[in-house]
Amino acid sequence: MSKRKGKDAHLPVGECITLVQQILRERLCHQQLPDKPDGIEAQHKHLLELLKRTAVHGESNSVLIVGPRGAGKTMLLKCVLRDLLEEKEAQKNLLQVHLNGLLQTDDRIALKEITRQLHLENVVGDKVFGSFAENLAFLLEALKKGDRSSSRPVLFVLDEFDLFAHHKNQTLLYNLFDVSQSAQAPIAVVGVTCRLDVLELLEKRVKSRFSHRQIHLLSNLTFTEYLERVQTQLCLPDDFPDSKFAQDWNDSIQTLCEDKSVEEVLQRHFNSSKDFRSMHMLLMLCLSRVSVAKPAIKPADLLEASRLCFADAKANMLHGLSILELCLIIAMKHLNDVYEGEPFNLQMVHNEFKKFLQRKSNSMYNFDQPVIMKVCINMKPLSKFFLPFNSFPATRFLESNTLYCFRCSSAMIGRITVNIYIFCMKTDKFNIFPSKPITYTSCFSSPSGLRAPAAAGADPTG
Amino acid sequence: MKYFTRLRVRRVYKWRGEPLSFNRKLKTCEYSSLSISVEGLPRTTVISTGQHILIEGEDEDNPYVARVIRLFGDESGKQKKAVVQWFVRVSEVPPSKLKLLGREPHPQEIFYYQGRSCDDEVNAESILRPVQVRHLDGAAAFPDSDDKDTLYVKLSWDSKTFRVVDSAVVDSASAEPAPASSPPPRPKPSLPPSPPCSPPAAAPASRGPSRRALPTPDPAILRKASSGEVRYSRATMSAGKVATAAAAEAESLHSATKLSASKCLSAKRRNASARTPGVRKKLELSSPEKMTREDILSQLLDQELESDVALAQRLSSSPPRALPLTHSLTPLRKGSVCLKPSTVLLNKLSPSETESRDESSSPQQGDVMEAELPSGSVKTPRRRNATPRRKSATSGQQVTTPSRKKESKTLREPALGVLAEVDNESSPMLPAAATPRSSKRKSAQLVSSRIRKQLNLLESRQDLDSDREDEDEFVPSKKELQSSSEEEEEEAEAGLDSDDEVVMKKSRHAAAGSRTPRSKQKSRSSTRTPRKTPNKKVAPGTPRTPRHATPSIPSRSLPARQPANVLEEARTRLHVSSVPESLPCREQEFQDIYSFVESKIIDGTGGCMYISGVPGTGKTATVHEVMRCLQHAADVDEIPPFHFIEINGMKMTDPHQAYVQILQKLTGQKATADHAAALLEKRFSNAAPRKESTVLLVDELDLLWTRKQNVMYNLFDWPTRRHARLVVLTIANTMDLPERIMINRVASRLGLTRMSFQPYSFKQLQQIITSRLNKVKAFEEDALQLVSRKVAALSGDARRCLDICRRATEICEHSSADPSATGLVGMSHVMEALNEMFSSAYITAIKCASLQEQLFLRAVIAEFRRLGLEEATFQQVFVQHQALCRVEGLQPISVSEGLAVCQRLGACRLLLLEPSRLGVLQRIRLNVSQDDVLYALKAD
Repeated sequence: MSKRKGKDAHLPVGECITLVQQILRERLCHQQLPDKPDGIEAQHKHLLELLKRTAVHGESNSVLIVGPRGAGKTMLLKCVLRDLLEEKEAQKNLLQVHLNGLLQTDDRIALKEITRQLHLENVVGDKVFGSFAENLAFLLEALKKGDRSSSRPVLFVLDEFDLFAHHKNQTLLYNLFDVSQSAQAPIAVVGVTCRLDVLELLEKRVKSRFSHRQIHLLSNLTFTEYLERVQTQLCLPDDFPDSKFAQDWNDSIQTLCEDKSVEEVLQRHFNSSKDFRSMHMLLMLCLSRVSVAKPAIKPADLLEASRLCFADAKANMLHGLSILELCLIIAMKHLNDVYEGEPFNLQMVHNEFKKFLQRKSNSMYNFDQPVIMKVCINMKPLSKFFLPFNSFPATRFLESNTLYCFRCSSAMIGRITVNIYIFCMKTDKFNIFPSKPITYTSCFSSPSGLRAPAAAGADPTG
Repeated sequence: MKYFTRLRVRRVYKWRGEPLSFNRKLKTCEYSSLSISVEGLPRTTVISTGQHILIEGEDEDNPYVARVIRLFGDESGKQKKAVVQWFVRVSEVPPSKLKLLGREPHPQEIFYYQGRSCDDEVNAESILRPVQVRHLDGAAAFPDSDDKDTLYVKLSWDSKTFRVVDSAVVDSASAEPAPASSPPPRPKPSLPPSPPCSPPAAAPASRGPSRRALPTPDPAILRKASSGEVRYSRATMSAGKVATAAAAEAESLHSATKLSASKCLSAKRRNASARTPGVRKKLELSSPEKMTREDILSQLLDQELESDVALAQRLSSSPPRALPLTHSLTPLRKGSVCLKPSTVLLNKLSPSETESRDESSSPQQGDVMEAELPSGSVKTPRRRNATPRRKSATSGQQVTTPSRKKESKTLREPALGVLAEVDNESSPMLPAAATPRSSKRKSAQLVSSRIRKQLNLLESRQDLDSDREDEDEFVPSKKELQSSSEEEEEEAEAGLDSDDEVVMKKSRHAAAGSRTPRSKQKSRSSTRTPRKTPNKKVAPGTPRTPRHATPSIPSRSLPARQPANVLEEARTRLHVSSVPESLPCREQEFQDIYSFVESKIIDGTGGCMYISGVPGTGKTATVHEVMRCLQHAADVDEIPPFHFIEINGMKMTDPHQAYVQILQKLTGQKATADHAAALLEKRFSNAAPRKESTVLLVDELDLLWTRKQNVMYNLFDWPTRRHARLVVLTIANTMDLPERIMINRVASRLGLTRMSFQPYSFKQLQQIITSRLNKVKAFEEDALQLVSRKVAALSGDARRCLDICRRATEICEHSSADPSATGLVGMSHVMEALNEMFSSAYITAIKCASLQEQLFLRAVIAEFRRLGLEEATFQQVFVQHQALCRVEGLQPISVSEGLAVCQRLGACRLLLLEPSRLGVLQRIRLNVSQDDVLYALKAD
């Protein structure tokens, strides 16, 4: 190996880059498990002990892993399972059933899935997939027949545990917990959820049967740890074939993390959320910019990636609108400001639009009511911005007296207008406003003070 | 049968002929037969005593089967009644008990019912029609006929065990009506002249050769044998029921009665087993050259000894030791001589002598047993001892004979079981049972038989005693067979356990006969064990194909590890699932429930009880404990037997599934909910005979609520029916459930028998833990008290208490990795466990939230303060948030980002949000108190 390493010490840059992409993508996207859990050692130990007791001693248990999204709940569970299955005794015995509250949306589906994953359906042919009631009785019978010392322990992993609590009567949970509290086949129920109040969702008899073990995953991460984490995520491992390239890459990552602007961007991300998934997203965007021509991550890449991450989705949507649509949106926004968020109807929007035209009739053609309506229908996919106030079905959308609510914050629309203006100036789309585009923005009096400097900033360009 | 039930025709029942007798006290007339005619059809069906009939039951496809014993009506002729002997169908035997059978029951199989607690008087109007019932020998295979109208009897069922039933019980009066002259309660004892294809038909035929075989027939015996008196032959049959393998030749010369009986049986079997050459071969097997001499000798010896010992005891004149010694010499001497019939016969004369002496010494014995039985039955107690051995010999032989294997497959398993037993005991007749397959065993048996012989010489009496018992154990079926035949004799005492009765009488009157009855009684009690053990042994071996419906979790390849240290031991004991030896702190409740259910069972009435209490107060556990105790009481015959059924509202998908589950647990039938409801309704409302009490536990009653409440209504209505014999125990969490969710008619039927389980007090909790730990010293006293006080203050839930204790042991185990800690679970561990389980994670969650999330929470509170409401839209909060950002010197975030922050908080349920499609207009509420938020943020 070392010989080969020596021989391949200088791979072509292209190959190196491909390798880097491969290694890092695996880390960032495939949720590759870390060798050992950082910062959650205690939880890891607790869970491992618990599951080991089920697997080895046949003790029934139930536990909940609770933590915010992206805190590493599933990662923890997977790590524990990996470590558990390294032990031969556990590996030979343990049966696993993985359920997800988003997939198994009711008990009937969940039961079928359990039966399938336990390979019980072969025992009785198609009979299992009879009625729901039969299925339940069948499964309970199967679990009841086992006992602590003789039957194989079953691990039930319930992802999105809180959704199971919404099933009718919580039949599945009751039965699982009941089995775990009685001398039947040994089972371990592991619930994974992000809801802190999950116990309040359980009915009291279900709750009483639950062992009340909760493993909380609340990361107490500081920024320096966060920074370290970024660095380790980007660094290449030691066994990278081209050691020189790896060295260069790691050095460049080192300098990247020490860069002031990069630190600022990361700080902002850290402030916004501590979870690793958003960080991975950011790093992934950076990584995709690495190419043969640019074989390292530069601070500019990170800034660009961050800009993409923080881009306001709704503002971006406005960029593709036609002038008429834009005008209508602005009219709606104006109405919204005037009536303080009260709902309005299409007629009012049209009137507002006409008012605008009267002032600046030279710049725009006076569209008829049907055209306005048609535009509004076309804008229906953009219902992020306004929605039928009393949620009429789509056919009633045509009626001019339908009330709409504007759904953008005024501050946002203020910025949007300016953005659009700048955008339009740049792309030279404003041939409808040939003379003085500045009048367009000034014709709306904005209550927001935020707009003023931005507009002022826009002025010189005009 | 479908023909009848489907048409739903009106049937007319009429007496035929004049009344036989008139009972003045009861004012009833007895009749010999009853005619049933269907309105509009000319055909009439005649039912007469002794016939087998079908009686309308809850299941239309499977009506009850019974034999008419007596028909009577009241003076006016309005009430027509029949006294019947019941037979049980396979479906009526509880599925759990069917396992005792050790084989798959034949669909057409029925069992002679010997259980108690069954009403044998039925309304004659419920009689459907006559049916053909045939008796089959235990070994015989079921004939392959598609005649659905013929039912087969092999075994009897007394609600606990299966026993072989005597053919005479079933067939003596089959098909043919008894002559009018015979007293109806007792079926006519004589055999039917020529019952078509019924086994006993062979008996008279076989008697001819038996007589011929006798060189010097004792005239009295011969007369009896040929007289065809059923009772007599039955009594002897009990002795010589099964053809012997080993000593058949010798036995045949033993006495005429035995011979006739054994021949009768072998002929019967030949009849039943479709004339395979194997049978012939088997009979030939009994020739002496196939046997070792020792075998025969030992058998003869045993018989001799038994009879002599019995004699000695009866007379109680000679020292018990002396007699066997002298007698045991004779067979030995004979053994040395070539085995010749004459000598054997000579030898065998002694029993008859003893018999005669018996009679003379105890003159009252004859009329004790049966007035009509002068001498024949007296033999039975003694003969019985000899018979089992031969039975076992035959069964062993059946296994060896290859040609028989196929037909007697069902029999094989018990026979094997018997063999195994025999092997264990290493009894003298083993060589006979020895199979060619196991030569090793054979030699071992030979040796053991030799040893035994010597032992016999030395301590024959003692040995014999145990020997006899052993033998009785080996062949319980044989014993049952006898008892059933005896029962027949005592049939007048229907409904009683006649077997015991007979024994009692005998023991009272036999001069020194305490031995025989004792051993008999012992064997009776022991019969159950061997019957079960072979079945159990065999059950796993049987192919599982037909029993698909109950799969199970595969068993583990590596055994579960046992607890290694004190803490692990304690943890195992503290697990909720471990069943404690007793339930402390619920003695009063236990007593109440126990006496309630017990009284209902004893009275044969029904009733409801409602048990309430918060979760984890031991409701279900107490009821289960009560049931265990009652079941035990029923097992030792303190109270009548009963069914215990349990359903759980949470373990069914729909309230109506309750019917399905009850029906399935009661009868093993599967049906749809509606059908099951109808069947149960019928079962509980009809004046059905032979009904055991049923105790039904309904857990989580509130889930059986339906809009019409018909499930609950039925559950509470059935116990009020006269014949239901149903006790319903219901469990739910809320005390006032009947008032809150039940409509009046349901609540009133539930009645006022209520019981409420109070949450445990801290002392009780402490006691529970202590009793569970059972002297395993793992906790400090203070720690226990802390846990129990804490739990008692919060919920009084015993499960919680146990879980906390378990967690505390874990924490202790982890911390004790460092050597400073003691082995005991202390206060600190318990505190940690309590904190883990009871503290809410909200504050930690807020502390661990990101900066923007914390800012957003602050903005929410600021907006709430501004509005004076506990609710705001995102738009409003976002404005605050932007302002706060500027105050904090952070870059203001975009709306999308703000929404993302808001959603994250919502996912943790720190905030309560409206659905996110509302965008900026969604309303926001705090899910934690403002103080908590401020506290968490300030501490940061």
